[in-house]
Amino acid sequence: MTVRVLLFAAARDHAGTDAVSVELAPGATVAHVRAALAKQVPGLAALLARSAVAVNHDFAEGGRVLEPGDEVAIIPPVSGG
Amino acid sequence: MVRLTREPIDFHALTESVRDPHCGAVATFLGTVRDVTGAQVTVYLDYDAYGPMAEKKLAEIEARVRERWPVAHVAMVHRLGRLAVGEVSVAVAVSSPHRAEAFDALRFAVDTLKELVPIWKKENAPDGTGEWVHQSAGVRSAGCGVRNPGHPGEAAQ
Repeated sequence: MTVRVLLFAAARDHAGTDAVSVELAPGATVAHVRAALAKQVPGLAALLARSAVAVNHDFAEGGRVLEPGDEVAIIPPVSGG
Repeated sequence: MVRLTREPIDFHALTESVRDPHCGAVATFLGTVRDVTGAQVTVYLDYDAYGPMAEKKLAEIEARVRERWPVAHVAMVHRLGRLAVGEVSVAVAVSSPHRAEAFDALRFAVDTLKELVPIWKKENAPDGTGEWVHQSAGVRSAGCGVRNPGHPGEAAQ
């Protein structure tokens, strides 16, 4: 299963792109996305450790199982306002 | 009403939009671009957002405000793109029958917005360098059932 991960702010700058596709086994979780992304884009690893993950526009815990078509995004610590 | 915009925020119109004959109190907050943070001089900020999620979270904050306080109207607008020092980056207005709940609801809305709406600012210095602001602001309960679980050592309870 291919999951496209959206990147914003410093995560986008570190990766040099606004989205990265990661290949995951069926039944993969948010934690698997984190691991795959850190391996695929080592420059993201440090920020990733401080970031949340969103699935379909809601914050998601590491155990959340992904379905094909889910919209996944890395959410670095926010600084709006 | 919640909205993201790339245009200057008309905060007078925003304030007017929450006025109501049943309300004796209107509270408006403006967040504006500050020229100095610590020792760092800022000449402009760039705001980025995960638009669909930001709008969803803003709507959830509005709903939570309405659950907790007898507010008549809530309006939240955040600007995106490049903002010069002094410009308004965010405006929140609420109306309620009495002032206490207007102040409380407004503070909750602004604090929660800053805590969990996926919007980011990049501070740009006079020398042309810029840095995204990604302070980990310590996760605290924000209500809404949507608190940011992004800090592994502080996973959801």
